[in-house]
Amino acid sequence: MGSVTTSHDMGLHEEQLAGRTQQRFFSATEEENFTYPWAYEVDFEKSAEFDAADLEIAEINIAIRDLMKSGHGTITVKNPRAKHSLGVGILNRLNLNFEGSLGYFGCGLIDGPNIHISGRVGWSCAENMMAGKVVIEKNAGSLFGAAIRGGDLVCKGQAGARVGIDQKGGTIIVGDSVGAFTGFMMQRGRMIILGDAGDNLGDSMYDGTIYVGGKIASLGVDCVETEMTDLDKRYLEGKLSQYDMSAPNGIDSMIKLTSGKQLWNYDNLEPTEKKLVL
Amino acid sequence: MCGIAGLIWKGGVTSDIGTEMTQMLQALKHRGPDSTGFALYGKGDEGVHVLRFKVAEQEEMKTGFDIHRLVVERKAAVDARLAEMGAEVIETEDATEYAFRYHFKFDGDLKRLIDFIEDLDGVEILSVGKALELIKDLGDATVVSDQYGLKGFIGTHAIGHTRMATESDVDIRSAHPYWAYPFNDVSVVHNGQLTNYWTMRRDLERRGHRFMSNCDSELIAVYIADQIDRGDELEGAMQRTIDVIDGVFTYLVATGNQLGMAKDVMGAKPMVLYESDEFVGLASEEVAIRSIFPREIDTWDPYQGEVKVWAA
Repeated sequence: MGSVTTSHDMGLHEEQLAGRTQQRFFSATEEENFTYPWAYEVDFEKSAEFDAADLEIAEINIAIRDLMKSGHGTITVKNPRAKHSLGVGILNRLNLNFEGSLGYFGCGLIDGPNIHISGRVGWSCAENMMAGKVVIEKNAGSLFGAAIRGGDLVCKGQAGARVGIDQKGGTIIVGDSVGAFTGFMMQRGRMIILGDAGDNLGDSMYDGTIYVGGKIASLGVDCVETEMTDLDKRYLEGKLSQYDMSAPNGIDSMIKLTSGKQLWNYDNLEPTEKKLVL
Repeated sequence: MCGIAGLIWKGGVTSDIGTEMTQMLQALKHRGPDSTGFALYGKGDEGVHVLRFKVAEQEEMKTGFDIHRLVVERKAAVDARLAEMGAEVIETEDATEYAFRYHFKFDGDLKRLIDFIEDLDGVEILSVGKALELIKDLGDATVVSDQYGLKGFIGTHAIGHTRMATESDVDIRSAHPYWAYPFNDVSVVHNGQLTNYWTMRRDLERRGHRFMSNCDSELIAVYIADQIDRGDELEGAMQRTIDVIDGVFTYLVATGNQLGMAKDVMGAKPMVLYESDEFVGLASEEVAIRSIFPREIDTWDPYQGEVKVWAA
């Protein structure tokens, strides 16, 4: 990202729940993202590639780990052939390229890597991602970026239903349409949908922001349209240009959605604290 | 959880769909190892019906009392009833000791013939069709395919199913695909659970439809058969299932020359679609489609509530 300021620095703070934010912003150079004591020292200049056509799922993931162990910072996996659970659990900085498509649960539980997938991904891609960047050139299945907490997750094609369900941070960008129940129970973070959205968009969302460029089939309970500010537009411009994407009808025609907070029944005090007060 | 797969070659092109479907279902084995079923659509001969029936369950063959004598008797009874109704059997084939494949000619009321045969104790007709051949048994795709010699089956389209039994027993009766009795060539595979099964089943039974199993998926086949019987098109009938049937489902339907898919309004069960100018492949997971197309292909997930139909 380099000189590009993060949305947080720009003053986009509205996703904060109870004054705290778990939004994590990924920067490949930022040391604090990689505090795992077991993280491997890798050199981005040192690259390796292997063919996954005849390998089992576990063998592929072990091969990636072994290459990281030997200091390889750029790894290309050829012919993943839509196998499930590839590139999961990587808690390391790494440039990882998949030349082909992934099956279900691809790139889940990651913290830090910079992943590029030239094909499509199946259900539950990048589930629970903490930080990093995942860019998918083609379509994505349902549950795209379920419960992600940070990082950028980008699908240039269309995605299935329940995109970003339970999202707790980070940014999800979809270049085309998304299915029903997108942003269901979203808690924090941002979602940018350049195409159409299916039924019940943002149903029961607690917080966070959804930007939509196309038509919306219907809004879910307590998801409301909000005024788009200049700050939002600047953010969208910056974010989309990072991935060479643009809103089909321009950023000005995009719609911003947030939680109406009518379903909120929170109290600032914990039950135990309440007793003390009373 | 179940895995379902379907394929159709467009423009009347034929291919070795037996091998292709076996490969697709084998790739989905992890979604359901209990039983595997195939509905294969061959070219068929004019005026000739293909009958697939079984006279015992696989489990019975191991433990049933005097079962080996019984299956011979039951088969003889089927032969007698076919002759009695005036069906002309051209060719018979013993796929296994308890499952058979007959080619026959018949001009009368097919439903009456089928009812008359199924009236026999222990006999279940898996399918009757001009093009359709329905094969289902316990075991994974390769086991069933080898047992019934399906590799090399030439045809235009097929659907298949690998079952993880959740709602009913592990036996052939509860295995998919389901034939939409008594309609020629209509079969269904389903992934999901139906919640208004009993209400709808009782309703359909009152109107004279027969249910062979306690498997909820059979309802889809019977319901579509009922709708077609009332003069609806396949696509219209499928469209109606989305509103009427409650629960989570993604299912595939095949007729003599069509393949259709439908997904419930929640999009709760997966389906990956690959469509090219000459071929359409559908499966619960992309690995199944990749088992016949190892090269990079463009696939996508149809959305919730979507109904699509393709013609051979």
